[in-house]
Amino acid sequence: MSNKNKLSVVGERDSVMIFKALGFITRYADKKDEIEKAVKQLARDEVPVIYITESAAEKIPETIAHFKSEPYPAIIPIPDKSGSKGLGMKGIRANVEKAVGTDIFE
Amino acid sequence: MMNVNPTRMELTRLKRRLSTAERGHKLLKDKRDEMVRRFMEYIRKNKKLRQEIDEKLAAAMSRFSTAQAVMGESEVAEALLCPAREAKIKVGKQNIMNVDVPTIRFSVEENKADLPYGFAFTSAELDQSVLDMSDLLPLLIELAETEKICNMLADEIEKTRRRVNALEHIMIPEMQETIKYISMKLEDNERGNITRLMKVKEMVTEDAM
Repeated sequence: MSNKNKLSVVGERDSVMIFKALGFITRYADKKDEIEKAVKQLARDEVPVIYITESAAEKIPETIAHFKSEPYPAIIPIPDKSGSKGLGMKGIRANVEKAVGTDIFE
Repeated sequence: MMNVNPTRMELTRLKRRLSTAERGHKLLKDKRDEMVRRFMEYIRKNKKLRQEIDEKLAAAMSRFSTAQAVMGESEVAEALLCPAREAKIKVGKQNIMNVDVPTIRFSVEENKADLPYGFAFTSAELDQSVLDMSDLLPLLIELAETEKICNMLADEIEKTRRRVNALEHIMIPEMQETIKYISMKLEDNERGNITRLMKVKEMVTEDAM
């Protein structure tokens, strides 16, 4: 079965369970190696979009950096139930700094 | 400066290379400028989406955990066991300044029930959080696309900028200096030659007299 038109989400059970209601592929993972395994498996299955909770994303920066410059999958950090830690914003800042040389958003 | 033989042939070769490098430099610079312009458009959009999602998603999730607390975790899990809708997307390719970036679109599906469960055993909080999430879905998909584009553009811009800088600050000055060195060396040889000829001529005329 092709996964090319699916969305997926990785993170702590409590935070990502709700995505099930929308028909996302949900993977529950808490520990570093579990998260990594889930993300890599989804990437191998050619799921184009992987949402990952910020607290999970913090644990696997290398894996995320690895997929960053490839067209698929898009790994997108999302806030978890305790709110946003600003990781997504930090990613935007990093991109701006990389492209323009300085952070022009204040 | 490069290590070359100061010959006329080398000089023409270098001059040709220099003009190619200069043209390449100009082209790359234009490419970089245009890419930065495009990038700024996307990053602004990205920032706006990100702010909106950070806010709304956190709210939906906290409502969901309230639902969990009210109903009990296993009941919630059971209610969500069978998804009412399947979030489907269409992926494609788009070319921005020669960078292949993905396009991710929400593919519209037939309207199914809003909630994946009956009303009997579930709480209003769960209903609301599920509905909130489905409202957020198009935004989430847009965010995924925009953020990926930004990542890839930033990467490409960095690469292009490195190339521009390498040409501007290393390759081109180096070639210019080498060209100068060769032409000076050649002129010097020429002068030496002329002096020698003059000297010979003097000697010859002296002999004849």
